[in-house]
Parts: sequence; structure tokens; C-alpha cells
Amino acid sequence: MDDMKGVILNYVKKEYLEDDSEPINFDTPLISGGIVDSFSMVSLKRFLENKYSIQIPDDQATPEAFDSVNKITSLVEAFIQKKG
Amino acid sequence: MAYSERVSNLYKEQLKGIQEAGIFKQERFIHSPQAADIEVEYPAGASLKKVINMCSNNYLGLSSHPDVLKAAHEGLDARGYGMSSVRFICGTQDIHRELERNVTAFLGTEDTLLFPSCMDANAGVFEAILTKEDVMISDRLVHASLIDGIRLCSAIHDTYKHSDMGHLEEKLQLHSDKRLKIVITDGVFSMDGDTAKLDLMVSLCEKYDAMLLVDESHASGFIGKTGRGTHERCGVVGKIDIITTTFGKALGGASGGCVSGRKELVEMCRQKARPYLFSNTIAPVVVAGVLKVLEILAASTERRDKLEKNAAYWRKGLTEAGFVLKEGDTPIVPVMLFNAKLAQDLSKALYDEGIYAIGFFFPVVPQGQARIRTQISAGHEIHHLDKALSAFIKVGKKFNILGKTKQEIVEMYGL
Repeated sequence: MDDMKGVILNYVKKEYLEDDSEPINFDTPLISGGIVDSFSMVSLKRFLENKYSIQIPDDQATPEAFDSVNKITSLVEAFIQKKG
Repeated sequence: MAYSERVSNLYKEQLKGIQEAGIFKQERFIHSPQAADIEVEYPAGASLKKVINMCSNNYLGLSSHPDVLKAAHEGLDARGYGMSSVRFICGTQDIHRELERNVTAFLGTEDTLLFPSCMDANAGVFEAILTKEDVMISDRLVHASLIDGIRLCSAIHDTYKHSDMGHLEEKLQLHSDKRLKIVITDGVFSMDGDTAKLDLMVSLCEKYDAMLLVDESHASGFIGKTGRGTHERCGVVGKIDIITTTFGKALGGASGGCVSGRKELVEMCRQKARPYLFSNTIAPVVVAGVLKVLEILAASTERRDKLEKNAAYWRKGLTEAGFVLKEGDTPIVPVMLFNAKLAQDLSKALYDEGIYAIGFFFPVVPQGQARIRTQISAGHEIHHLDKALSAFIKVGKKFNILGKTKQEIVEMYGL
């Protein structure tokens, strides 16, 4: 779980932050905080699907569910468990 | 009454919020033709002031060119004022098709379709050629009209960091399973004035079997040795799948736009693009004017050459004076001020000196990147630029920003 959080945090930093951006943590609001626009969420969603071999239906890939690294990790965990 | 007090108050509150945020837009009324010298009423009701225009898209100085005016007058007499129909019912004249052929030849593409504006071209092109099985991958700084077009399309959308080719390649790999991929960029980015790396983008698109769309609105007519655009400068004429561009800037400045490119893609737009299908096209008088503009540009590169020299002169003058500029070599020269209020105050002080240049700040540009965007024209003479330069230096001294770095300006005025 901690490893997954680290992987997702690193991806978000690399994908969305500029070099001189403020640092972020596991609880930083990503979408409501304006770091990730809902438009750019697709790459995060596809990254998670490829990395963890899951499918996240569009209706569950909501801005709320993707709003922090902790929330994203919970979502991914749920899909991994569902997959069995 | 459906428009109740509750509804009215709701909008009043919203407008008040816009005013309080300092982003309320006000028009300035120009009482003369578009040119380097204009007469402006600002604020509304004030007496007219003669100023030098440093913020129009009249890059080639053709908006009020006598030959263009004459051609437009003749077009008005020969083909009338309006069409009162969309293209495919009874709204297409011979000169519409003639303009499409001439734009195709000018841009070095296979075919062209006119739209009422480039905003409409960008709004209509994606949903006409893509489905939900496809992906659109756009630069993060593309123009708002492309973003609107992307939003109207069912294909998925992803972005890459501005002009970052490594990031674009990662995205092309990430979406390699999609039926169709299209990469989307501006040729010249309107806020920063930098150009897309179209040569590298064409190579990447060929490698990953992706199409490439370029909005050339701030390039058509003057970028490249003969003014064909960014694709000419980058040596990739004939290799851009779709070019969208406008006739509302360098190419006469009136209105209208187009989708130009691969034959089948243009035909798909003719069949399916909603802004083309459900709106009148460009008025005959404007078509006649644009035809003349293209004729002028085909005959000589004099105007784009003068523009290039003017832009270099202006950039050198500002640099030597000690302003912080965005790097580039296009006629878009942003003077960086970083703080929104400073940008507004400087714009006002310049206006008092007879120079019309507008401040841009969030949300039009990212937070902390407020600026005055200056735009150079072939209609400027050296005396215009010298006068504007003197005013910029005077105002720059007043605000104590000459020779200061970004950090020093931010320390004085904040972000």
C-alpha cells in the first residue's frame, strides 16, 4: 500500500508538476486544488490501469475519487481486491 | 416573468465577483480603421486619444490596405452583401470555392474548407473526424478554441507538457492501442510567442502512426521564408495532416477561418462539421478581400520581411532597455511583469503616454506570469517603434523595473 502510494505520488509529480512547483503530499487536493485539471486525468487513469492491470469505469473515475494520492490509492486497492 | 429577481440577483452577484477578482473585461472603442495609429475612446465617454497600437493581430498591416479595401468594394458590388443560407443549401458562391483552392495552394495542402471563424473550425473539426475509439493528445498551452473543440468530441483526451517532445512520445506510447491518434498544437503560441517543433512532431507522428493538427492562426502569412507558416519554417510543408487558421489576423483581419489538409479529412468536415453545416459561411465581401490578400502575399514577401525586421528591432530595443522578455523570434513579444496589478498599472501608464498595449494575467496566462503582450506589425514604421520604446522606458523607470530580474520584480511587487 505504501509502495503504491509512493508510485502514484511520483507519477503525479512527474506528470503534472513543473520544476518550480510547491511540494505535494499524499493528502494534497489534486483536482480541487488545481494541480491536475479534470481534462488531464485520463493519463493518470490509463497509467493506473496499465500499472495495476485493472479497468476503472469512467463513471467511477470521478474528480472526487482522484482528488488526492490517498483517495486514488484506495480506489485502486478496491479494484485490485475486486479482481481477486 | 421567468427572469425573476432571484435569477437577476444571481447574475448580479456573479458579475460582482468578476469585478472583485479584477478580471472584469471592458471594451475600448476605436473610432478609426485598424492600423498602427488609431483613435481610441477610453474609458467610455472620454474624448478621443491618438495612440500607437501595439496589441493588434494586424501582423502584416493589411487590415486597412487600399488594395484590399478596393477588392472588398468590388466583391460587394459583384456578389452582394450576404448569402442568407448555409453553404450546402444555397450559400456557396464561385468565390468561396476559389478561396478554398487558393488557400490550399498557399498552405501547400490537399484541400480546404472555409468556416465562419477559426474558432468554429477548431470547434467542429474533431467531432467530424474522430470517435470514442480514438485519442487526442494536445500541448498544454493550446488555444482555448482547440480546447472547446476537444471538449465537444467523444474521443478521449490527454495532454503533454508544453513543447516537451519526450513527454509527447510517452503519451503516444501510452495510447498506442487506440484506433486513431491525433496530436494537437498551435504553430505559434499566442501568449508566449514561441513556435512548435513541427519537424520533431512530424517525425514522432510518423513513428507512432498519429495524425498532426496545427492551428496556424498566429503564423499564417508571415512565419517561414514566404510566410506560409510554421510548417514552412520547420521544413515540413505537405506533412501536416490538418492546418486550421484564421483570416481574422494577418490575412486581412476581417473574419473567417478554415480547415485545410488531407483530402479525406477536409471532406469529412464538409459532411459532418456542425459549425460549417449550421451557420452561414464567410460573407462575399470578406472572401473578395482575402483573395486579394493572398494575391499580395504571392507577389512579394516584402511585408513579412518588414515585419521580421520590425520585430527584431523591437525585441532588441526592449532587451537593451532592461525589460524581462519571453524568449522567441516572432512578432509576439511578451514583456514579463509577473504581478497582475503591475501589468494593469503599466498598461495604464503606457496609455497615458500614447501607447496602447494590454496587460494579460490569470486566468488568461498562468498565475504569476502576468505580462504586457506586445505585437508588432508591418504597418509599424521605425518612428512608431521608437516612440513606443521611449514610452516603455519612461514607464519602466517610473516602476523601477528596468534591469531587474524576475526575482527582483517579484520581491518588489509580489506574484
